[in-house]
Amino acid sequence: MAKKKKIVKTITVDADRCNGCRACEVACSGFHATPKYSIVNPARSRIKIVTYRLDDIFFPIFAGEYTKAGCAGRESYVIDGKEYRECDFCRASCPTRNRFVEPDSGLPLKCDMCESDPPLEKPRCVDVCLNDVLIYEEREEEVEEGEELETIEIAVKALADKHGLNELIETVERVQLSKKA
Amino acid sequence: MRYAETGYYLEIDLATGNIEKVETDPKLMETHLGGLGTDVKLFWDRVPPEVKAFDPENLLVFSAGLLCGTPAWGANRTIVTTISPQTNLLAYPMMGGFFAAELKFAGYDKLILRNKAPQLVYIWINNDKVEIRDATHLKGKGAVETQELIRQELNEPDAQVAAIGLAGENRVFFASIEQSRSSASRLGAGGVMGDKNVKAIAVRGTKDINIARGEDFLKHLEELKKFILHRNENPLKGIEMVIHSGVGSPQAMRHVDEQWHTTGFSWGNSRVRRKHFWTDEIYDKWTKSHWSAVKRFISCFNCPMQCGTLISFQDVPRYMMKCFSKLSYLLAAQTENMDFTWRILHKAFNYGVDSFSTPQVLAFGVELYEAGIFTDEDFKGCPKDNEGRFMWLLDKVAHRDGIGDYLADGMYWAARRIGKGAEAFDHNTIKKHEQMPVKLAMLDPIYFLMYTTNEKLGVTQMEGNFPQTAKGTQELKELWVRDWIQAPNEKIKEYFMGWNPRGEGSNPYYPTPQMCSEIVDWMEMLHNIDDAIGLCAGMGSFCYKPGYHVHNYHHFINAATGMDLDKDSLKKIVNRNRNLHRAYNNRRGVSRKDEKPPKDHWRHRFPELEEELLSTYYKYKGWNYDGIPTKERLHELDLDYVAEDLIKRGILKDGQEEKNS
Repeated sequence: MAKKKKIVKTITVDADRCNGCRACEVACSGFHATPKYSIVNPARSRIKIVTYRLDDIFFPIFAGEYTKAGCAGRESYVIDGKEYRECDFCRASCPTRNRFVEPDSGLPLKCDMCESDPPLEKPRCVDVCLNDVLIYEEREEEVEEGEELETIEIAVKALADKHGLNELIETVERVQLSKKA
Repeated sequence: MRYAETGYYLEIDLATGNIEKVETDPKLMETHLGGLGTDVKLFWDRVPPEVKAFDPENLLVFSAGLLCGTPAWGANRTIVTTISPQTNLLAYPMMGGFFAAELKFAGYDKLILRNKAPQLVYIWINNDKVEIRDATHLKGKGAVETQELIRQELNEPDAQVAAIGLAGENRVFFASIEQSRSSASRLGAGGVMGDKNVKAIAVRGTKDINIARGEDFLKHLEELKKFILHRNENPLKGIEMVIHSGVGSPQAMRHVDEQWHTTGFSWGNSRVRRKHFWTDEIYDKWTKSHWSAVKRFISCFNCPMQCGTLISFQDVPRYMMKCFSKLSYLLAAQTENMDFTWRILHKAFNYGVDSFSTPQVLAFGVELYEAGIFTDEDFKGCPKDNEGRFMWLLDKVAHRDGIGDYLADGMYWAARRIGKGAEAFDHNTIKKHEQMPVKLAMLDPIYFLMYTTNEKLGVTQMEGNFPQTAKGTQELKELWVRDWIQAPNEKIKEYFMGWNPRGEGSNPYYPTPQMCSEIVDWMEMLHNIDDAIGLCAGMGSFCYKPGYHVHNYHHFINAATGMDLDKDSLKKIVNRNRNLHRAYNNRRGVSRKDEKPPKDHWRHRFPELEEELLSTYYKYKGWNYDGIPTKERLHELDLDYVAEDLIKRGILKDGQEEKNS
């Protein structure tokens, strides 16, 4: 497959500096609203601050890939004397929990690094984090060219996974009919 | 569509279990903003002056400020409003943390509780699904641990929980409501919650808050960000206390240096000043203790500051630190041992008691014992050392056991129930409420007005932007004024420039009563704005040179709500709230006769000047000689219905102006 140059965007997380304020969640939900910045709703955010305050556990997690099946991930890890749940570390939008799922539509959420035109200097979450928990970097890399899915395709695939392709098609037809009527 | 607010109140009748989601009148935002403003309106309309704190008709309202849940940094205050068991006046303790925004994301601007539940319950608000659940298994549990237990029980780690401890259950008059790293502490709202048999309120919300002009909002937020970053790198210089040099609440947990408080405030039951207390040895000891307890700095919802702290000290179960609690018990118990603070606070936060009133009430108890008013029999089993006595007394108060039952009513009521001369030891209350333990030499005219006239009954809720003390040199004065963009006008700067620590232009005759009125009115207005929009005072009113000020509040409010306020129209709204609040407390009996600082607050008193201060300030406010808003003032503020009511009740009468010459 052909190679192409690509800007790779990364956010490095310094969890020790996180104070659990959730300004990043607020900023993220605003940016991804239509029109932009027209709402605030941390439940729509693609970054989530996991906090167990008395346990001194504070860390951000970014929404990753959607998965159609939950996993048995119920392990825990002790790091530096603190017990973390495996599930809390997971970036997936999965059917076993409400994280990274749009509260009304049920569609999965995924961090897109605030891709926009014109581009932002840095993702919104990084911009509002004054405690330097989130450090943004861009670097150029050669990557294999692949096909990128449009947002709507991702959404349709997710719905098909959730409800079955046949039911999805039938529903689309029904909606089409009702619109005509 | 509603912007910034949700447009709904959640009303619960605890006696019948009836739960209603009630749409509110959109006009309310235009006339009262929200938060404390709309709370005052609600109480004026629904809780008449005959209703006492523990009557079923008393409401307990959890109110999110207008800007809570918007992107406004630091807008995270829950205003808890109820009739205080201690003062029989409107109480509105506030808390930061995460509750207010979550309540709005669940779809409500306020939660209104009325009547009493037949047994201990907690309330679970999960968006539109609201349940009253049994809480008998949580009876007696700590306010901090209850929050965790409920999250586990609901299997909802993201639920925000406000809870009371044993003190609230036992209707202690200074019981608090604890939530995350914050608490609504003053004036016994926790006791009212206990009286209503509500152990806790848990809330989880996943709905949108609409912002009217989002792009515009972001622009103003960007300016605020620049300001905060600038202040973080350039802390204020030439001020009394290093803890006031940044933005945010006083950074008591960032700095060990407490020379100003420990040598300026009074120890014990506001008795002894220890001007030479602060030594290198104390500094070293406290440094060691302090940093052994601080585990992490933490924040409230959507705020870049880190004013809270996770405390992890030796074998003491963890909790989160709040503000001046660090010193209040230590000073009152007269111990130099900072470790004592970390230990007693765990107990105090779990019982759920106010960190300002409680230590003073305990010190008052110790004094009564030393004076022979409390007997050996009363103190049977009590350790002999100061720290031990405090721990023991705190247990007694929370359980209302033995003499604790008296003390649980606060200093004023306890003294009167105990009798035998105990009244003389109640020397630090205003309107029956314990004040900061400060006893100074020279009358401070600005503080005189703040102490005596504010409805909050705590001076910290009124002071803030104007420097607490005059600067000693021209250079320091100029340094202060140079970038004082927060000053409302040039006059305030001039007043400040003319103010000296001693000699000409110093307290008590300078600032003049007229100047004091303008200064105090401005500072009070800032607090009233913050309390309506739900902004932490540490980002606005109770902060030197803060990020939010009279010149930019309206930009944030407009961008969020879609209103088009300017400075003057915003001022008019908060003045309306302020006067309605005043009238509400007037209706409950407050007037000039109550507006007095404790006799010994200052050593040098000036009765004539004090009268002139009050009269001038009242006049400036548009109040009559008795401190009641005039008919004309109320008319200006579209509060004719209030004037009518006050006249009908005989509170506002003709001729009250006459003494005002």
